[in-house]
Amino acid sequence: MTTDLAPERRDTTPATARVAARVTDLVKTYGSGDTAVTALKGVSLDIAAGEFTAIMGPSGSGKSTLMHCAAGLDSVTRGSVQLGDIELTTLKEKDLTKVRRDHIGFVFQSFNLIPTLNAEENILLPLSIAGRKPDRAWFDQVISTVGLGDRLGHRPGELSGGQQQRVACARALVSRPEIIFADEPTGNLDSTSGAEVLGFLRRSVDEFGQTIVMVTHDPGAASWTDRVVFLADGRIVTELREPTPERILETMKSLDAKVQG
Amino acid sequence: MLRASWKSLMARKLRLFMSAFAIILGVAFVAGSFVFTDTLGRSFDSIMTSTVGDVVVRPVAAGQGDLESQPSTATVPGSLVKELADVPGAARADGNITNFGTFVVGKNGKLIGGFGPPGIGVNFTDGPAAKGLQPFTLTSGHWPQANGEVVLDEKTAQKAGYLVGEKINLVSSGTQPRIQAKLVGITRMEGGTAGASISVFTTEEARTLFMEGKDVYSDVWVTAASGTSQEELRDAVAAKLPKDYEAVTGDSAAAAAATDVQEALGFITTFLLIFAGVALVVGSFLIVNTFSILVAQRSRELALFRALGSTRRQVARSVLFEATVTGLIGSILGLGLGVVIAMGIRALFGQFGLDLSGQSLIIAPRTIVVSLVVGLVVTLVAAYLPARNAGKVPPVAAMRDDAILAESGMRGRTIVGTILSAVGIGLLGAGLFADVPKATYWVGAGILGIVLGVALISPLVGRPVIAGIGWIYRKTFGAVGLMAQQNAQRNPRRTGATASALMIGVTLVSMMAVFGASAKASVDEAVDKEFVADYVVSSVVGTPFSPEVTRELAAVKGVDQVAAFRWDQVTVKGSDRQVTGIDPSHIGVLGPTPMVAGKLAGLTTTTVSVSEELAKAEKLSVGSKIDLTRGGTTKPFTVGAIHGDSALLSSDYLLSLPALESLGGPKTDSYAFITREAGASAVQVGRDLDKALADLPVVTVKDQGEFADEQRAQINQMLYLIYALLGLAVIIAILGIINTLALSVIERTKEIGLLRAVGLSRRQLKRMLRLESIVIALLGAALGIGLGVAFGVALQRSLADDGIDVLAVPWPQLGFFVALAGLVGVVAAWWPGWRASRLDILRAVTTE
Ligand SMILES: Nc1ncnc2c1ncn2[C@@H]1O[C@H](COP(=O)(O)OP(=O)(O)OP(=O)(O)O)[C@@H](O)[C@H]1O
Ligand SMILES: [Mg+2]
Repeated sequence: MTTDLAPERRDTTPATARVAARVTDLVKTYGSGDTAVTALKGVSLDIAAGEFTAIMGPSGSGKSTLMHCAAGLDSVTRGSVQLGDIELTTLKEKDLTKVRRDHIGFVFQSFNLIPTLNAEENILLPLSIAGRKPDRAWFDQVISTVGLGDRLGHRPGELSGGQQQRVACARALVSRPEIIFADEPTGNLDSTSGAEVLGFLRRSVDEFGQTIVMVTHDPGAASWTDRVVFLADGRIVTELREPTPERILETMKSLDAKVQG
Repeated sequence: MLRASWKSLMARKLRLFMSAFAIILGVAFVAGSFVFTDTLGRSFDSIMTSTVGDVVVRPVAAGQGDLESQPSTATVPGSLVKELADVPGAARADGNITNFGTFVVGKNGKLIGGFGPPGIGVNFTDGPAAKGLQPFTLTSGHWPQANGEVVLDEKTAQKAGYLVGEKINLVSSGTQPRIQAKLVGITRMEGGTAGASISVFTTEEARTLFMEGKDVYSDVWVTAASGTSQEELRDAVAAKLPKDYEAVTGDSAAAAAATDVQEALGFITTFLLIFAGVALVVGSFLIVNTFSILVAQRSRELALFRALGSTRRQVARSVLFEATVTGLIGSILGLGLGVVIAMGIRALFGQFGLDLSGQSLIIAPRTIVVSLVVGLVVTLVAAYLPARNAGKVPPVAAMRDDAILAESGMRGRTIVGTILSAVGIGLLGAGLFADVPKATYWVGAGILGIVLGVALISPLVGRPVIAGIGWIYRKTFGAVGLMAQQNAQRNPRRTGATASALMIGVTLVSMMAVFGASAKASVDEAVDKEFVADYVVSSVVGTPFSPEVTRELAAVKGVDQVAAFRWDQVTVKGSDRQVTGIDPSHIGVLGPTPMVAGKLAGLTTTTVSVSEELAKAEKLSVGSKIDLTRGGTTKPFTVGAIHGDSALLSSDYLLSLPALESLGGPKTDSYAFITREAGASAVQVGRDLDKALADLPVVTVKDQGEFADEQRAQINQMLYLIYALLGLAVIIAILGIINTLALSVIERTKEIGLLRAVGLSRRQLKRMLRLESIVIALLGAALGIGLGVAFGVALQRSLADDGIDVLAVPWPQLGFFVALAGLVGVVAAWWPGWRASRLDILRAVTTE
């Protein structure tokens, strides 16, 4: 499964699975002229619905950039990004905001919560911004899965880093987005708190059929996912299915060797 | 360290400007008032030098008094002039006749001249003014040589539209209210006239018009022979003078006259300085806030400096350095703006007839020094606390991620705030209700104390207001409203200080609104209840008019009674007191006056009526003797009556017209009150009165309603002027809100990025800031209106005895202020909102 190192399109999902997001020939260049940096050099990727996908790669390989472009947070230089039927690259700012609000969930590495709002208000934020009523049963289910029942009235400052990240995950989940993007959600956490967050993400995939894309550096974290996509120097170089920490480490080493060689 | 602060300063030019703006405005008012006062002084100095001879001989009475009382009617006999010409050292002596109520009627039938500068009628002499100066230069035609000829100053002639050779109309406060004369020449006056009009007649005619035909003069100029100094001549002249006359040198007479004018116009300076003070107080709030926020934002950077070995003092000093630059730039720009303000005031005064365009603006070194010092000191004082806090940032903070400068407790603040307010209330109470010297200072200090005290505790007082508005927000705007409320509550001190800046302006505006409404209501009530007269005759230029007018109106068909009424001042035991001259035979026209003893109708040339208050204070009763002095004349009077307060007769002393004249009082009327015969048609009589006065545009006749309207209009005019000036304080406050919001946006960049990432639209983001801004503004308005109404009520109560006896709180107007404050919030949020909505989401989320 790790043999082909330069695939045109990574499409190992079963033909029956619905594609939640599709990135085609994505190129992203920062700046212009001499100082231009091409962070993505033609990336194509399908994200299957109901799958937990990890994106890995050395620092500076373009993981965050890929995620930002796929999530409509950043403009692309060339190529297309589709979310379900929606082509994001041609959308106006106003519609893009709506798409983010209604179809995408986010979890960042740090600073995920509004400090003035308590946990519950933070979780409901995307819904209240949209002026939608929360589905109470769903909300309760999310809350019970996230395991924060008694801390809902607390503000972020009164929660641990792990709890904060779980609140952020719950917020991403509660509006039932098509897809959740998480950029190193456990990057700032110790292994126990990290495991709590990853367990929660895993469960939401298994139990609710949520689609999640997560950027991570940690092979342990990546091993919670269904599929790991490796990025190097702005290109997808390989991928793993049903990954284990050992196989991930192996792949990373072989990639390093290639980069150096 | 200084280089680092300089860099950080330059990186924040806009912010610097916004906090400097408050200083700019405050200093501008300080500078403006000095520049204008100096200019005013200089122009009157130069005008006055051409209104005196080398030595001026005048009745002692004429040298006393000031511009507030009416000019003396005491005169110098013609025989004295000839004697003075023969004094050794005198080259010649010329008698002058001067009347301060002679106005030219323009071609269009309107009076030339505004409210304030006098219309001067003089006799022609070719005697030189002091130091050989020729006061008048003829620019065309010839000097008056016969009766019926007149020369006008060029500005007046031009405004009136008269050419040499034309017949012109004048009005006068002398025995002959209407004058017709042929314009035979135009003159220019040395130093300009500052808006006064000058009409020159032959000495013989001036005598007829202004001196009841007697061979007397207002004063005499004695011209020095060459080689004789003003002082030598004065001594020589003084030796020849009978008692009751004095000789003064031209220099001192001119200086005294100029000082008089300046003192009379001194209220302008006071007025402007008060606004300078308001602007600076509001501005200092802005500065405290700006620097506090800057320090909070830079706390990591400052901590790094500390970690690298800077001392607390160095860190604090770097902040003060920023303040110094801000203050200096603000002061310099303020000085410049002050000159512009002075020009504006000069132009404004020109509109009202006080023409100072002949004098260029004077920027004295004192003005520059005071402006710079005031601007710098205010900035540094305001920046001191934030600077000290900056020094307190612990070095370890450089390594920590969380908010470093937690707001310290509210306890100390609350205590200080409460004490300040309490002291303020004490001072205000003493100033308003106790008999303290310089009461206005007490009132000012009291208001300042309360305002500062409330500003200190505003974070606490504001809580329920914010909570209340927040509740509405949450219900109406959901999450956006909730976040707006939370943001407003996040830094209660910041919100409090920002709101307080607006509070000050709103406080003063509401206070004036309550006061103005009360004054208007009082006027209405007084007119309604106490006004018996059907018509009031008054001057359009504020100078009294010829008593002949009063006499003529008595003859109009349908008129029942006419009562003349004269304002004046007398001196009793060294202090100036207001006196009203009344006509005892028509006293009923002036309304029902509650009498404690005696009758006003019974006043004679030797009796006086004193007010109840005065009688109590001085233990006077009917039959007591008192001496009244006017100018140099002192006469004994017997208390013949004691009067209570009424709308028109509120002076401490009431004298019959002949009694007032015997003291040297004016022979001109301030007002005339008229009643109609029973059964006469109001419309018809009004029309006939108008017709009788048609060729006397110096006076107008108003019925009760028009009179009340006029009084109300005057109050309104004053209010609008004050509102306009206080509007500047509000503008500073708006800048304060903009500044706070803009800085908060920078502080919350990450948060805003996150909100945008999870789907907050630009519009929603802008709305969130707008709502926060509105909370701040409404908090300021609520506090301000609360204080303002309290101050207004206190002010009204304290003036209840001075005629403002009805309390009226203009709720609709105050409601309008609240709405306006909301609008202020909307406006203030515009720019920060625009900036926030342009933030690049990704960068915002990932900023450090
Ligand atoms: N705003 C930007 N302007 C210019 N270059 C940028 C910008 N953002 C990213 N880059 C460059 O694009 C490349 C990819 O960056 P990206 O942040 O996607 O890497 P990453 O894989 O997320 O790295 P890391 O693991 O360190 O987070 C890098 O070379 C980076 O320097
Ligand atoms: Mg990254």
